[in-house]
Amino acid sequence: MAKVQLKDVVLARSGDKGDTCDISVFAPNEAVYEHLKRVLTPDVVKAHFGAWVEGPVERFEVPNVLALKFLCHGALGGGASSSLRLDNLGKCFGSNLMRLEIDMPDQLLNQLRAGGEHR
Amino acid sequence: MKQVKVGAAQGFYGDIIEPAVDLAEKSDVQYLCFDCLAELTLAILQKDRQRDPSLGYTKDVTTTARALLPYVKRKGIKLITNAGGLNPEGARREMVRIAQELGLQGLRIAIATGDDILGRLDELQAAGVDLSDRETGQPLDAIRDRLLFANAYLGAQPIVQALRQGADVVITGRTTDTAQFLAPLIYELGWAADDWDRLAQGLVLGHLMECSGQVTGGNFSGDWWNVPDLDRIGYPLAEVSEDGSFILTKAPGTGGTVSVDTVREQFLYEIHDPTTYVTPDAVADLTAVRIEQAGPDRVRVSGAKGRPAPPTLKAVMGYRNGFMGSGMIGFAWPKALTKARRAAEIIRKQLDRLGVQYEEFWVDYLGVNALHGPAAPIPDEDKINEVFLRVSIRTKDREQAARLLRLFPPLVLNGPPGVAMMPFAAHTRELIGLWTTLIPRELVEEKVRVSVEEVG
Repeated sequence: MAKVQLKDVVLARSGDKGDTCDISVFAPNEAVYEHLKRVLTPDVVKAHFGAWVEGPVERFEVPNVLALKFLCHGALGGGASSSLRLDNLGKCFGSNLMRLEIDMPDQLLNQLRAGGEHR
Repeated sequence: MKQVKVGAAQGFYGDIIEPAVDLAEKSDVQYLCFDCLAELTLAILQKDRQRDPSLGYTKDVTTTARALLPYVKRKGIKLITNAGGLNPEGARREMVRIAQELGLQGLRIAIATGDDILGRLDELQAAGVDLSDRETGQPLDAIRDRLLFANAYLGAQPIVQALRQGADVVITGRTTDTAQFLAPLIYELGWAADDWDRLAQGLVLGHLMECSGQVTGGNFSGDWWNVPDLDRIGYPLAEVSEDGSFILTKAPGTGGTVSVDTVREQFLYEIHDPTTYVTPDAVADLTAVRIEQAGPDRVRVSGAKGRPAPPTLKAVMGYRNGFMGSGMIGFAWPKALTKARRAAEIIRKQLDRLGVQYEEFWVDYLGVNALHGPAAPIPDEDKINEVFLRVSIRTKDREQAARLLRLFPPLVLNGPPGVAMMPFAAHTRELIGLWTTLIPRELVEEKVRVSVEEVG
């Protein structure tokens, strides 16, 4: 088992709808996707953002594109046009989530490195 | 087998026009489709309309018309845009004016109206429609006297109707992001209004294309540093087959990249439940979609599943929601962050001593954690070269918000040392709240009108 930051493993894009921030995380292959499903729970994501996500975090699995989608409610200080935040559109939540450190089996990590998918 | 080629021209009000010109010039695109209306855009357009009743549409239709109408005439490319905003008739007047200036007689410019329900709220309530906010459950009365705009989202069908009447250009008000892209597919490929799987494919296409460069290498979280020539990024072009499957690509000789990764990032962007993407035209299930590389800068998309269109349309209303005052000041090493924190304290104490009425006090340290908040670790302060302090307050009226701005300049003489003034960053802004509700679609659709005018 090794510790890796999500930035070395996944793609992520985020945006807004009202006061909800919507983050999609994309795995490079199925094995990593299955692993992410286990470790990247809504609770883990909520804890990562701390006070910036006031409401619950929902998760959707999207296996056809090896993605997990997170809806973070109450995450944008009232929503784009009512928010005092600099990132009032939630565009930086994706890169923010990439800071998260997760445990990764050595075998998966070695596969990524061999396949050039590890950045 | 019949095919239709649609391109993305603009992803928001203010987007550049050069990529659309590239598509018109360098590809055999048949339709250039625009999505000009973000949730907020109507609030901006409403303020324009209040100043001048002939406005209320996105003012860049003038640029669009000058750049693209010559191609409409010469190559038969059709334009579909929701740039009409709150005043499609006004947008058409401007387009016609430019067409005449360019000597482009004979062009047929259509508008579709009926999305604007601001003047119909009493009538809708009398018909038993509950206009409470879907998010909070609050009744409309809570904000009724502060409303700026109220519009229902129309789908592709009014645009299809305009195309059937021979329109070269179709201008709408509030439509879904996807409607402009789906309409030409329905019209050209003869899709039935209940052909849910094909319509769902069209929605996937529209969703992938409506943010212009975001699917061709812009805002890409992967190896973005390897995406070539973002300075002349190509906007997406789709080659759509009768069965709804399509190849997503871009104009030859443009920058950017189209790969499975750039496409899948946009695929789920701002879509909530991926099994249930609700639009007025169909409900799409995105979890059935296949995305495959089909060649360099070519990605094949197929397999969307659709369910019947919903009996209601979403309406979004915007209301005045107080004001924000905001200012900035910069601090240099050493102890830049400590200086910025001290300055924030000074401002807060002064605000309170002055009795400024604020409902929220918000502090950002730009260069440290303004974008990532609590998740960003604070670096060793000796390694921080500079920090920019931004302080913002939320108030009921603009006067209170403006009182914050006056507290920044004196900090240069009275605060911590090593300061850069940033007077250009001081501003007040009206905050707009958004209210979302559902309306039985027939009550909206009975008022939808399509009209075509020929440029004389």
